Amino acid sequence: MLILECPYCGVKAEETELAAGGEAHLKRFGPGSSDDAFHDYLFMRENPKGVHFERWRHANGCGKWFHAARCTMTLEVFGTYSAQTTEPPQELQEKISAKRPGWTWREFSDGQK
Amino acid sequence: MSKAVSVLNGARYSGLAKVEDAGLQGMITLRGDLGSAALKAAVKAATGAGVPAQGAISVAENGAAAWMSPDELLLLVPYEDAVAKTAEVAEALKGEHALAVNVSDARAFFRLSGEGAREVLGKVSPVDFDAAAFTPGQFRRSRLAQVAGAYWLNEDGSFCIVCFRSVGEYVFKLLSAAAHPQSKVGVY
Repeated sequence: MLILECPYCGVKAEETELAAGGEAHLKRFGPGSSDDAFHDYLFMRENPKGVHFERWRHANGCGKWFHAARCTMTLEVFGTYSAQTTEPPQELQEKISAKRPGWTWREFSDGQK
Repeated sequence: MSKAVSVLNGARYSGLAKVEDAGLQGMITLRGDLGSAALKAAVKAATGAGVPAQGAISVAENGAAAWMSPDELLLLVPYEDAVAKTAEVAEALKGEHALAVNVSDARAFFRLSGEGAREVLGKVSPVDFDAAAFTPGQFRRSRLAQVAGAYWLNEDGSFCIVCFRSVGEYVFKLLSAAAHPQSKVGVY
């Protein structure tokens, strides 16, 4: 059972109170972009074994969207953070680096950015 | 106007705990900036209660204000006053980025009391109801089995439960089944 702390209401919500919203930090490529970019935006998703960033909604609760960083292998949750951001907070990235040296996920990775 | 009737018109069930349709309750959904002085004043004027802290309910003599989300409150007022109070709040918040709606008739309101109240609610909701974890004055939005609901704990150990009126009968039957006299688990 996955338990995530909603950053908006501070509730430690378990999976059944939440709705999964897919991968986090997608950049939209819409009209005017190349077919390849649009294709990748629509279909190409990360499927990592290890560090992963996702969107979740506290559906049976405050109703807000938020982000979560977790490990897909151990189900360890590194942290949750606000939806109003385009990248994981620096301190969370450092925390993940301490626990999973050498991690990488899309353009984010251990040590840089 | 036709006579207003609560969802199950005062139905009750007694088992591990007592489940009651708590009758008509005025409820106003208020969205806006919870930190703004105008909103705080409007909430105080309408309910007599202050803006509650995160995850809490502040109760006054004739009303209450419950924390629904970072930008939403549920104001509890007497049923007869709900229409007038909604207009008052809307008037007081004119010009602010806020919205007040009377949702009294869209909601059902139950009371769950007695020894087994924590246990009965614990069976249908994924929340820790240990006496140390869930204390009086705490307000929680969660789910009641398959439907959304919210509840808070009163000083006397009873729970007040709010859900959509459309699922009122479901919630009553759900709580009644969970309160069946021979279904004691004995966790809380």
